[in-house]
Amino acid sequence: MNAPPGRPAHPDPAEGATLPGQPDHAVKIRTQRLSRVVKGVAIVNDVSVDVFHQEVMAVVGPSGAGKTSFLRLINRLDEPTRGTVFLDGVDYRTIPPRVLRRRVGMVMQFPYLFPGTVADNIRFAPLQRGEEISDEEIDRLLAQVDLPGYREREVSQLSGGEAQRVSLARTLANSPEVLLLDEPTSALDDKAKASVEALIVRIIREQKLTCLIVTHDNAQALRMANRAMVMEKGRLVKVGPVQEVLDAESVLP
Amino acid sequence: MLNQFFREPITLGLAQAAAVTLLSLGVMFLARRQNIHLEREILVALARGFVQVVAVGAVLVFVLQGPWALGLLVLTAMLVAAAFTARRRVTTIPQALTVALLGIGAGAGTVILTMTWLGVIDPALTSLIPVGSMIIANAMNTCTLALERFRAEIESHTGLIEAGLALGADPRAIVRPYVQAAVQASMIPRIDSLRSLGIVWIPGLMAGMILSGTDPVYAAIYQFVIIAMIFATSGITALVSVLAVRGRIFTPAEQLILRP
Repeated sequence: MNAPPGRPAHPDPAEGATLPGQPDHAVKIRTQRLSRVVKGVAIVNDVSVDVFHQEVMAVVGPSGAGKTSFLRLINRLDEPTRGTVFLDGVDYRTIPPRVLRRRVGMVMQFPYLFPGTVADNIRFAPLQRGEEISDEEIDRLLAQVDLPGYREREVSQLSGGEAQRVSLARTLANSPEVLLLDEPTSALDDKAKASVEALIVRIIREQKLTCLIVTHDNAQALRMANRAMVMEKGRLVKVGPVQEVLDAESVLP
Repeated sequence: MLNQFFREPITLGLAQAAAVTLLSLGVMFLARRQNIHLEREILVALARGFVQVVAVGAVLVFVLQGPWALGLLVLTAMLVAAAFTARRRVTTIPQALTVALLGIGAGAGTVILTMTWLGVIDPALTSLIPVGSMIIANAMNTCTLALERFRAEIESHTGLIEAGLALGADPRAIVRPYVQAAVQASMIPRIDSLRSLGIVWIPGLMAGMILSGTDPVYAAIYQFVIIAMIFATSGITALVSVLAVRGRIFTPAEQLILRP
């Protein structure tokens, strides 16, 4: 297991988007020898890592390193072929998958909104557990993602950045404890990228979420994360404070 | 013309078969001139089709004189063969054979049994087997169509489906639109055949009954009965097949198995 970080990665965040969060040292997510082998290829190979309460962990590495595959194991969208994940110390195989996925929300690279209105998308997840959320609640969620007045918009009319915000609001409607972000800004243009990133950072901080973010953008990892884990060929090769890990990475040939 | 030379039904049949084979070969050469090379397929298909159907005819000579239970046995064998054929066409579907057996069995089985019991299908083997086989063949086509469409819908919506799963949704609720699309798509040909009955086409069975001297009006009504039975079969088959496969494209931990 990895030792808890002795101090936050950014004791003095000068930039607005930097997370100052002093991680609570309790482990929120623990992956234990997590592996997934598909057709004889280990796409995630023996990854053991701890993510602490309210910590933001960046998952970095070259493309094809298994970052997304690793993330998909954490909300059990794929099944580990070996190892497991503990959520608050509980083996996630004992948690019903739907309950697990509400607690561990995910925002994907593409928003994948359901056809219909913005409100339809936000109502979707609560409806799945028999809860109808009010228009006021929807407006509140939309305000959080800086889309006031978008409730009755058709999703087909939204820009990429707007759609990704709706996708985030839709996930937040489940009140998750953990947020998995799979390159949430990589499909956006630069302007939308910056504002969505700032929005995510604000929400993580306000809602005290624990977060794993897959990114290929080291600058984004530095802006958003406390720690970083580097994956290569399915393996975890390094984990530590984001600055140290990424500095070491950048001097590699 | 041929019947002036051949009096015996079997030799007449062979002469007629030879004539249509020549016609088909003519089509083949016509295609060849357009650089459409299907010679091998056409020759094999012609030979196979002839041998198979004659073999069935020969077997029917014995079967049709057999007891009622023999008819059930033959139909069951056809049903299993239909399920195997359907499975071959939808290889990527998990547990396709079980799904096809359930779908075709439920559709064809229910309709054949209840309609025979009601007397809509004459339990005499001369009627039960041909009508039953027609129903089974249509159930097979519907099953293939429905599963194929369902597979295509799922594979082109994996992102949306997994977004739904990631939100903690019930997999059955997420794939509901694709279930509907698959069932509808597979039933449209049957609805079309009901609608165009008599106007666009005079189906084989009615033609056959008229050829063999049945009153054309009764032949027409009975043809409607057949098409309606096929329609009912298709409906049940499509629904049962798709609902059976719906549960099989997810693991017990609600992960999507079927992917492009």
